[in-house]
Amino acid sequence: MKHDITFTVNDEPYGLTVQSHHTLLHVLREQLVLTGTKNGCSEGECGACTVLLDGEPVNSCLVLGVEADGHAITTVEGLAVDGHLAPIQQTMVELGGTQCGFCTPGILIAAQALLQRNPDPSEYDIRAGLVGNLCRCTGYTRIVDAVREAARLQRQPITG
Amino acid sequence: MQPFDYVKPETLEAASALLLEHDGQARPFAGMTDLLIRIERGFVHPQVVLDIKDLPGMRDLLVVRNGDLRIGAAVAMNQVALSPVAQSGWPLLAEGCASVASYQLRNRATVGGNLCNASPAADSAPALICYGASAHIFGPDGPRKIPLEQFFLGPGKTALQRGELLTAVTVPFVRGAAGHFLKLGRTTIGDISLMNVAVLGWPDSAAPSGTSWRIALGSVAPTVIRAPEAERLLSLDTSPAGLEAASVAAAAAARPIDDIRATAAYRTDMVRVLTRRGVERVLAELMNDE
Repeated sequence: MKHDITFTVNDEPYGLTVQSHHTLLHVLREQLVLTGTKNGCSEGECGACTVLLDGEPVNSCLVLGVEADGHAITTVEGLAVDGHLAPIQQTMVELGGTQCGFCTPGILIAAQALLQRNPDPSEYDIRAGLVGNLCRCTGYTRIVDAVREAARLQRQPITG
Repeated sequence: MQPFDYVKPETLEAASALLLEHDGQARPFAGMTDLLIRIERGFVHPQVVLDIKDLPGMRDLLVVRNGDLRIGAAVAMNQVALSPVAQSGWPLLAEGCASVASYQLRNRATVGGNLCNASPAADSAPALICYGASAHIFGPDGPRKIPLEQFFLGPGKTALQRGELLTAVTVPFVRGAAGHFLKLGRTTIGDISLMNVAVLGWPDSAAPSGTSWRIALGSVAPTVIRAPEAERLLSLDTSPAGLEAASVAAAAAARPIDDIRATAAYRTDMVRVLTRRGVERVLAELMNDE
């Protein structure tokens, strides 16, 4: 069965026809060719598919595309503004929070959402906030450092 | 993945009629965090899934006139875990919901889905049973209400009949109560319970110990169960000796199995340990409140 939906992705409005059984992840990757969002485990464990739905992180592998009708989605492609990386993207690069990179889009989205609800997270807050994002490369230490540094940058008023 | 149709019924009556019409081939869903995985793995083969999360009242989280907390079946785990009302009035439940999986999963996973899956490891169920919650059901004969303890019949089996769906749970307010939810998983946070214990205690001048108790155990029996003998012993005596006897009685109530997550022997012994810890913490909190 097919459904017509309208929604926004990274502030761009879209009207699409989606299959009942296709996930939001499938719609983003295959129909919109926004391949930044990754398919890891397909069962809500690894977090590689994390996107924001109305500003809140969700596992897009467990949301049907048709359920996105009328909602606003943000993917990793929507984090940078006018070509400028978001603070969390910048600090992940600078502090080595990414190695193979497969988990990175989901980590960036989950971390962005964490910083939105908690501008000054403790190490525990960061680890708890990212418990749904698995990384097999880094050992997490540098990811935690990157989130903490992004928090510091975001709290600091921009000068000069 | 096997294709299926998606239908969004607009009324409870329509949802119930669709369930009857498809005779087992229609599956209601709210969060989709479990059903889709089961479909993908080929465990279930629905022709159609029914999106019930926007039906009237399904996402309401509010205190109703008699003081009960009413939780619509499609209320997300995070909605409960982060609710100041739930945190202050039903902290045991907020703790249970906050312990489920990850933040992003809790944004979609719902209380109703957690209950309808009827997993013995469901993390919202022990707390709800301690508070004496009721399950509100809608079906071909209209609404009905049963104690949540009677809702669970076995792993994956609920008291829902053909054409019925869970619409809400109501959770009584227990005056002066303190509670704690203790859970063991393979990781400190985020994992499914290999076992869990919910402990609720409150002042009761009629009880010899001055306190009454409810203790519920998860993932140590085919359903979440109470530990009635442990509850009785604590209402008589909360001295260190009484506490030890109650913890042993709680462990005796457990009927766990060996499985991939833990052995039966380990689970049983952890019931004893976590019950004692939970009761100690609740007693300390009750004394602080005096």
